[in-house]
Amino acid sequence: MNPTTPALPDYLNLSETVRERMARLKEREVVLEVRNMGKKFKTRRGDVTALNDINFKTHRRELVCVIGPSGCGKSTLIRILAGLESATSGEVLLDDKPVTGPGSERGMVFQGYTLFPWLTVKKNVMFGPEMNQRGSFTAEREARQWLELVGLEKFADVYPHQLSGGMKQRVAIARALVNQPRILLMDEPFGALDAQTRLKMQTHLLEIWKNIDITILFITHDLDEAIFLADRILVLKANPGEVAEMIEVNLERPRRVEDLTSAAFMATKARLTELIHAPVVEPDDGVQLHLLRMTDISDVVE
Amino acid sequence: MKPAFWFALRKTLPPRSKLIVGSCSFLLPLLIWCLVSYVPFIWHPKIQITSPGDVEYFQNGMLVDAADFVSESDNQRQLGKILPQGVPANPVYLPAPHQVALAFYTAFSTEPKQRDGLWLHESLWHSIQVIFWGFMISSLLGVPLGILCGTYPALARLFEPFTEFFRYLPAPAFGALAVAILGIYDGPKIAVIVIGTFFQQVLIISNTTRKLDFALLEASMTLGARGIKLLTHVVIPGILPDLYRDQRILLGWAWTYLIVAELIGSSSGITLFITQQARYTNFANVYAAIMMIGIIGLGTDLLLSILEKHLFPWERAANRD
Repeated sequence: MNPTTPALPDYLNLSETVRERMARLKEREVVLEVRNMGKKFKTRRGDVTALNDINFKTHRRELVCVIGPSGCGKSTLIRILAGLESATSGEVLLDDKPVTGPGSERGMVFQGYTLFPWLTVKKNVMFGPEMNQRGSFTAEREARQWLELVGLEKFADVYPHQLSGGMKQRVAIARALVNQPRILLMDEPFGALDAQTRLKMQTHLLEIWKNIDITILFITHDLDEAIFLADRILVLKANPGEVAEMIEVNLERPRRVEDLTSAAFMATKARLTELIHAPVVEPDDGVQLHLLRMTDISDVVE
Repeated sequence: MKPAFWFALRKTLPPRSKLIVGSCSFLLPLLIWCLVSYVPFIWHPKIQITSPGDVEYFQNGMLVDAADFVSESDNQRQLGKILPQGVPANPVYLPAPHQVALAFYTAFSTEPKQRDGLWLHESLWHSIQVIFWGFMISSLLGVPLGILCGTYPALARLFEPFTEFFRYLPAPAFGALAVAILGIYDGPKIAVIVIGTFFQQVLIISNTTRKLDFALLEASMTLGARGIKLLTHVVIPGILPDLYRDQRILLGWAWTYLIVAELIGSSSGITLFITQQARYTNFANVYAAIMMIGIIGLGTDLLLSILEKHLFPWERAANRD
């Protein structure tokens, strides 16, 4: 790609290496399959469709990002995948077996910090293995191993409140991965972090993902984050939440920070912006701004 | 201290000021008490007779209303007889601080008047035992039930409306009933404390349990926690510090029921001591005994709060924020 070319390449026009990688990826077994899945909420004003006819497949060791405008039901989607809520129609299959409730084969990292405040970092990571009767000796050994992997072995005996936001989420990732889940569900895990920490965590996550056998489904509302991390991006649209497009990201791996400004990146981002900020057909919340100029200084700031 | 000190919004005080202001919390009431007791022109509605003069019914040490004293003095002056002498005094029910301080010592060192009477420390010990058993029995039932109600909405629906109704029934109203069922000794007293504490306890603890962040339960479910383990490994450890604080407050309530409870059946404990001393107009002793309850209450609470810091190390920083 020639960076001086003014026109952005078409986001669908995948480079040769990326296309080959995608082909290899799709040959791998399907870990998660969502079939005709829908979710309706009953409210006083009748049923509200949060998700409608969602279909997609995630292959082994794939990293899928889910992105969409607010209210598109992406959190509902991941909660259904985790088994914390149930779908009203269709089904979710993990390794061809239907998902019926929460379980340790689907690890989850939440947006808010959900470390157990009464347990030390190490005990937090040991929680899963202990719940699954792995014995406290094994649990401790595995916990240490995973803390080392996320670089927090020094903080093993510290309580969560003494950690920074980024560290807390790293512990949360270790806590989910120690159970060796088939898929790791991440619900805007870096949303509360500052931009610098977020980028560090993204790179860190890619590093972990590369080195272990894990499939990741990652929810975000940050376009850059989605493109930087994902093999494919599932774009949802709102009212009702439906799949707008599944985009294959035209970036080679390993991803580097320089990719964030590359032409391919920009093309994908332009497409995502177009999809997510599409003109709203339905009237939104009815809030309109009636702005008077409340200044007596004569110059206009813009 | 500048006005900025007093009106600083939610700022942590420096330790020295904290200590000083905290002591003032006790010293100010004491100062008011001293002023009223020792400054003759503040209040002092009575006259204590130092010499009866020719007034027939006056006696040395007697307390009379100031108005009576003046009118009797006028009478005697008109009759040309010897005038009575007296000093301003407070009513008998307001002893001076030094008298109460002395009573603290004498109350413990004075033998009981009746042969089968109890020493003050024995009365106190008896009261403490009644409180202990009342609070223990209430907690053994109330804490588990509260936690269950806070965790399972169906159980909450089953128990809470009735509990809500029952907590408005004044516990002492069950006194006579408790005596009929449990006899006149400690049984009904413990029962009144249980009735007074239990229903509040269930509601407060179920509420505390509901305040546990549901996301923690969700997280534990995605980690493979199921059924009873959710309760033992997430709910209970998660609410433990708050539960402990609730129990501290509830223990304070149990103390307030003590006095009523001890009047039920045969009076006993610190209440018996107080009523007897009041009957003999030893008000200094009455005040000493009342303060004793306060000191024991505050003392246990301080002890429990110190213990709290060691029991729940993960809460320390959270509290400091």
